[in-house]
Amino acid sequence: MSDKQSKGGRTASRIPGSKPSRFVPYLIPGLIGIIAIVIVPILWNFYLSFTRWRGVGPTRWVGLKNWNHLIRDSTFWASFSHSLWIIVAIVIIPTILGLLISSALTDVIQKRFGARTSSTLRALYYLPQVLPVAVASIIMGWIFRPEDGAVNDLLTKIGLGSLQHNWLGSPGTALPILMVILIWIQLGYPIVIFMSGLQRVDPELYEAASLDGASWWQKFRVVTLPSIIPELMVVILTSTIGALKTFAPVYLLTKGGPENSTMVPSYYSYNQFFQLQQVGYGAAISTALTVVIIIFSIVFTIVQKRVEKNIA
Amino acid sequence: MNNHASASEPRAAIGGRPRHIRSWGDWAGLVALILGALIMLFPLLILTLNAFKTTADYNMTGPLSIPAHFSMDGVVSFWNKTDFPMKFANSLFISLVVSVVGVFLSVLNSFALGIGRVKGNTIILLFIMLANMVPQEALLYPLYVMFKGVGLYNTQWAIIIIFMIIQSAYGTYLLSAVYGTFPQAILEAATVDGATRWQILRRIVLPVSWSTISVLFVFFFIWTWNEYMIPMAFLMSDKTQTIPLALATMQGQHTMAATDLASASLLSIIPTIIFFIFFQRKLSQGIVAGSVK
Repeated sequence: MSDKQSKGGRTASRIPGSKPSRFVPYLIPGLIGIIAIVIVPILWNFYLSFTRWRGVGPTRWVGLKNWNHLIRDSTFWASFSHSLWIIVAIVIIPTILGLLISSALTDVIQKRFGARTSSTLRALYYLPQVLPVAVASIIMGWIFRPEDGAVNDLLTKIGLGSLQHNWLGSPGTALPILMVILIWIQLGYPIVIFMSGLQRVDPELYEAASLDGASWWQKFRVVTLPSIIPELMVVILTSTIGALKTFAPVYLLTKGGPENSTMVPSYYSYNQFFQLQQVGYGAAISTALTVVIIIFSIVFTIVQKRVEKNIA
Repeated sequence: MNNHASASEPRAAIGGRPRHIRSWGDWAGLVALILGALIMLFPLLILTLNAFKTTADYNMTGPLSIPAHFSMDGVVSFWNKTDFPMKFANSLFISLVVSVVGVFLSVLNSFALGIGRVKGNTIILLFIMLANMVPQEALLYPLYVMFKGVGLYNTQWAIIIIFMIIQSAYGTYLLSAVYGTFPQAILEAATVDGATRWQILRRIVLPVSWSTISVLFVFFFIWTWNEYMIPMAFLMSDKTQTIPLALATMQGQHTMAATDLASASLLSIIPTIIFFIFFQRKLSQGIVAGSVK
């Protein structure tokens, strides 16, 4: 690269003779948009978290009252502990299954049964990912309908009628079933990303490992896993952010219930905003969630840089 | 699945084409993966099975039986009740405008950040990426007040403006990395020919990065099509709503018969499945591009 260092050590643009400042006009529309639609609302929402407001009429400054309430609110803490389960369902299980499935699709199916077979299977696993998440949730809610749903009917047909259950309507099973639904929605995402990363791996590495008599599991550990660390990092980061933001499945399937057993931060703040008109408190919850996501992203990115450096 | 002729002659291939020797383990793997795919497909298969069943049939024999009578009643009633063509047009209009403008903004931002290397480009990029990190409900109330103030609440323009910005944040993140490694020689050659910045962008940068741009376009389209929370909070009247909203509203208002809900859900996902089949290649390229950074 012929980066010309202009005086003062500042970087020049990549077009010779054009100063970086001459590109500022190109940035103006996009930046105005980001400021108006993202930055100002975040700050405004932060301000609202120090007020009491019913959505109409005057806003009253109440200082730290919402925040004091927040740290003592057991529903709020429960909602974050449910987020950990959502992370298990959206990040941990799909990532592990995705690693196994993508390496089996690449290493076994694509090589022994042809690329068409493996890409067809990949498309089937990916299908729930392209459905609108609201629609996918409603479909799964339909499968788990208490009175006449497919799961309860299947149980009766195979003679396990006694196990019939109001899956999403009982405190004991609502969260586990919600997790099953989220796994179904999410699984295709890591599979597709990992498979693309695996195309990069030199086939000779596998052949060499096979000649050495390595088992499938040994090849997976020594060849597959290390070569897709970048993809693994991206999947973990993006799906953890997604998991923390989970809203539509909860809103459409359980409304946080029964007995708050599926309450998550996103739905909790939405509920305060629009059902209870407690805008200040809703703002505090959503600000807390924003801070958690930003801190997670920063810490994760630092760890990611370290890991990638160690491998390189 | 057996689209390889060699499946019937594995033994003959020994020595000559070792790739097509299939062990018991390989077959076991194939069977396991097909079973897994069937489990993934199961909800949609059952849904399709019941979308064309009569409610009486369903009540008699349940969701797992083959329909005794073929019925389009559920599909027709959802089509009419929601004015499905209008909902489809709404979704299409919003998603198209968002993807066109979102891509345009991404290109402008990335040109300034990746090729122009505007001062502070890393910090600016971090700010832009906030749009992807922040949970939407943290923007919801302020946006609600702002759009009410300018009279755009309950219009599709509110949704279009919000999502063209949010999508362009992701586009800028992806495309500015691509432009950061844009072939220097091409840029220099253009300068020698005396092209202005705008000409370089239009005649050189745009055509060369067209494949990434088309991937962004497909992604923005599908993401916007699938959005739920902000459209739900902003599009109050039936005339402005999108397909996912129509289904959710329907499901929320009445206790729907199982077959009606199945037909409505099936109808709602048909456009998405058609896009999926059309754009499958672009989609997988895009996910790849997104992961490479």
